[in-house]
Amino acid sequence: MLTKRIIPCLDVKDGRTVKGVRFEGLRDAGDPVALAARYAREGADELVFLDITATNQKRATLVALVRDVARELDIPFTVGGGIGTVADVEALLMNGADKVSINSAALARPELIDELAARFGSQCIVVAADARYNDADGWLIYTRAGTHNTGRDAVQWCREAAERGAGEILLTSMSNDGTKDGFALDITGAVSRAVTIPVIASGGAGSKQDFTNVFQQAHADAGLAASIFHFGEIGIRELKEHLRQDGIAVRL
Amino acid sequence: MEIAIIDYKGGNVQSVLFALERLGVQATLTADHDVIRRADKVLFPGEGEAASAMRELRAQDLHELLPTLTQPFLGICLGMQLLGRHTQEGGGTDLLGILPFDVVRFPATPEYKVPHMGWNNLQALRGPLFEGLSAEDYVYFVHSYYAPVGEYTIAEAAYPTPFSAAVQHENFYAVQFHTEKSGPVGTRILENFLKL
Repeated sequence: MLTKRIIPCLDVKDGRTVKGVRFEGLRDAGDPVALAARYAREGADELVFLDITATNQKRATLVALVRDVARELDIPFTVGGGIGTVADVEALLMNGADKVSINSAALARPELIDELAARFGSQCIVVAADARYNDADGWLIYTRAGTHNTGRDAVQWCREAAERGAGEILLTSMSNDGTKDGFALDITGAVSRAVTIPVIASGGAGSKQDFTNVFQQAHADAGLAASIFHFGEIGIRELKEHLRQDGIAVRL
Repeated sequence: MEIAIIDYKGGNVQSVLFALERLGVQATLTADHDVIRRADKVLFPGEGEAASAMRELRAQDLHELLPTLTQPFLGICLGMQLLGRHTQEGGGTDLLGILPFDVVRFPATPEYKVPHMGWNNLQALRGPLFEGLSAEDYVYFVHSYYAPVGEYTIAEAAYPTPFSAAVQHENFYAVQFHTEKSGPVGTRILENFLKL
């Protein structure tokens, strides 16, 4: 039976992991390779690396990181963060990334999704969509790290991305991100029903029950989180045991 | 041991090279017929789209070479599907015809998304490739098309109907999942293959 996936997300800057990683026994928590290997051993199903480097060295450091991670890691990983061209994607995939996620560049020029899917296959093209709720407009898509309102409806955009050839949607609720009050079940469920490709839910995970809810109520195919894993608040194994007790298929 | 990985621009072969490196094994990425014929083992990974893969194989006459190989051969993902007779992909494409299956697309439903992406368990395992493994073991799949179950099937997975997770005909072994990305279970399968 296909299992629900648990995906830790690592922020990297200049080839180093950033943002509060507190793991006992990890000599260098800033080393993405060591951290990735640790998550893999604990039972993570996949990893996402989000590159927040803003310098013009970005591409070279990211390609080097991908190579180092791919050399060590025996589970799949996705790379995202400011990826905008076919050449960017090719360099990352050829160096061992399994999937690449695109966000702002796809909204700026949606044909990019078609081009990437035709060139590399849908299976390695993830469209990351950042959605925020307001009472007047509902769920709208934001870009540029959440600073720019595109005015696009979240469900419509995810449907378009899927039709253009995306292999997966990584849906982040900016309204829930950082709250630890749980995933956005309504928009996750709406997107999951609107597309026939897998949906990764992101933003708001604070407890094991939050994952149960997003799988059972919103039909997400995978759940992604960062800080609760990095700070050791929830172990991946104990999360999966909880999910199994709730009748959710997981790889243990 | 000489290991050849077939080079036909069939997608991400770097992960396969790294997986072999972790096992302490060096491999050569090549389209050279002599190098491939001489190798002790041949790996045939693949991702992406079947019609363009077949075009590239034909351009290098690999469609004629591969069926004649006699050493242990392992197709991975698209590299498994290409061993069949025909696929629905690309509006219908003829394949290498080494194994007697026709590749078809999963019907997408709200409950069963396509691609079939993620970790699924193997069932009905048989043969040396799966020595030491059981139906409790999970491997990583990413695919939209599949080979139905037949007498050539040596492992099944279900989504929701059973399909061929692995096939074999004589020296030709192939797996639909990514051995190189399936954690310790995938590593064991690669090790088992290298021992054939």
